[in-house]
Amino acid sequence: MSALPDPSAEPAVGLRDLTVRFGETTAVEGVTLKVAAGEMFGLLGPNGAGKTTTLRVLTTLLPAGSGTATVFGIAVGAQPMEVRRVIGFVPQQLSADAALTGRENVSLFARLYDVPRRQRSQRVSDVLEVMGLADAAERLVATYSGGMIRRLELAQALVNRPRLLILDEPTIGLDPIARQGVWDRIDDLRDETGMTVLLTTHYMDEADALCDRVALMHRARIRAVGTPEQLRRELGPEATLEDVFRHHTGDQLEAGGDMRNLRQTRRTASRLG
Amino acid sequence: MASAVHPLDARSQLLSNGAHVGALCLVELQKLRHDRKELYTRAVQPALWLLIFGETFSHLHAIPTSVPYLDFLAPGILAQSALFVSIFYGIQIIWERDAGVLAKLMATPTPRSALVAGKAFAAGMRALVQGLVVLVLAALLGVALTTNPLRLAGVVVVVLLAAAFFSTLSIVLAGIVLSRERLMGIGQAITMPLFFASNALYPVALMPRWVQAIAVVNPLSYEVNALRGLLLGTPAALGTDIGVLAFSAAAGITTAARLLPRLTR
Repeated sequence: MSALPDPSAEPAVGLRDLTVRFGETTAVEGVTLKVAAGEMFGLLGPNGAGKTTTLRVLTTLLPAGSGTATVFGIAVGAQPMEVRRVIGFVPQQLSADAALTGRENVSLFARLYDVPRRQRSQRVSDVLEVMGLADAAERLVATYSGGMIRRLELAQALVNRPRLLILDEPTIGLDPIARQGVWDRIDDLRDETGMTVLLTTHYMDEADALCDRVALMHRARIRAVGTPEQLRRELGPEATLEDVFRHHTGDQLEAGGDMRNLRQTRRTASRLG
Repeated sequence: MASAVHPLDARSQLLSNGAHVGALCLVELQKLRHDRKELYTRAVQPALWLLIFGETFSHLHAIPTSVPYLDFLAPGILAQSALFVSIFYGIQIIWERDAGVLAKLMATPTPRSALVAGKAFAAGMRALVQGLVVLVLAALLGVALTTNPLRLAGVVVVVLLAAAFFSTLSIVLAGIVLSRERLMGIGQAITMPLFFASNALYPVALMPRWVQAIAVVNPLSYEVNALRGLLLGTPAALGTDIGVLAFSAAAGITTAARLLPRLTR
């Protein structure tokens, strides 16, 4: 059992020269990135840019091909169990179990995160309350709306009281009101807990309004990093993040979903009836 | 607010793994409680086997058995019912993979083997509940089943171990074919020989020699043998039977745990 680094002194996320290959294709190439503790950090880019692959390395689902990845100084490859204890993860798809109630969904994750038995039911109730699902907690998730499911998934991730919350496209497929609801909750939480949030999105306006800093990712590489304001100012007073992206990549951002995304969305839709 | 960051010692890790396996079994029971329709529809087939096949062959006296044929058949149908629940369990795993559930589970501090064991015994929970329906049916049809609690506890262990083996076999196949449709086809293709090249319907001694050879390496035969011994009191090598099932389940869990990362890649 090796000693772990003092978490307060380390960045929440540290990537150095991270490269991930799948056969011939390079999904992530030479990515170096630091996310400070307490930051809300957005990884922006079109589908296929390598955002999700980066998150999969950080969530211990995929080994780093080369380079290093750390979470609060803990090496993801060497000590995956320790990393899993400090993160909360919400994948891109709506991944709550429709055959269970909201409370049962959250309780499962409370158990999987080893929340002590005496605190479990209180903590489950608390996160359901915070996510505005207290009244719907005993209903089957099959009856939930998309926005409610996303908030339930946030509750599942938060029951662990993670130091780092990792969200893959948290508002994809939600209507504007549901999207706002999800964002308000994430914002409040961060104000209250000082938790670090790392998210991916391809909605530039959202990232601009909500993230402390963003990294623009395109074709497996990071093209620019900074506060949304910095990045916009470099281009001139009228520039939007959208323009910044085009400037750094010579490419449109919202190119629309590819086949895989479309299929996943359809599957989610059919699963939830 | 934040949880402390330090590795667990071996004992805490073991306790934690056990709790995680239990948690995954619990949600399976919760799902069954919310939707009993599946339980009932799955009860139709074993009921028909007992009623039509069982009653007909009891009349024909075509298969010589040491106990009445319906008694002989009941443990076989119990095992068959548990087999059907488990052998298609991989379909649920592929579903969970497509829905991102598997990724989310794998990002929790649950070792791969504990995750697979949790899924395997969750399939066992389903098989047990399904098996209970078969036993009630058999009792109603007049099969003389044991009421000895120790023997019934043995039945629970045997069904759990067998379901764990067949469900992890299904997860292994899921990890190889990575598609629900193909897994469905393979599941159907292997269910037939697993069932007919076993002692579920007739004694092994009646089979052609080459089918006997399959029956000897078929875990289903050991399951049926143990169930017959426990439920009816027929001679059975319970130690060997349970040993073979426990070994098969452990091998299945280990192999499936190795293939699991492939499913989330």
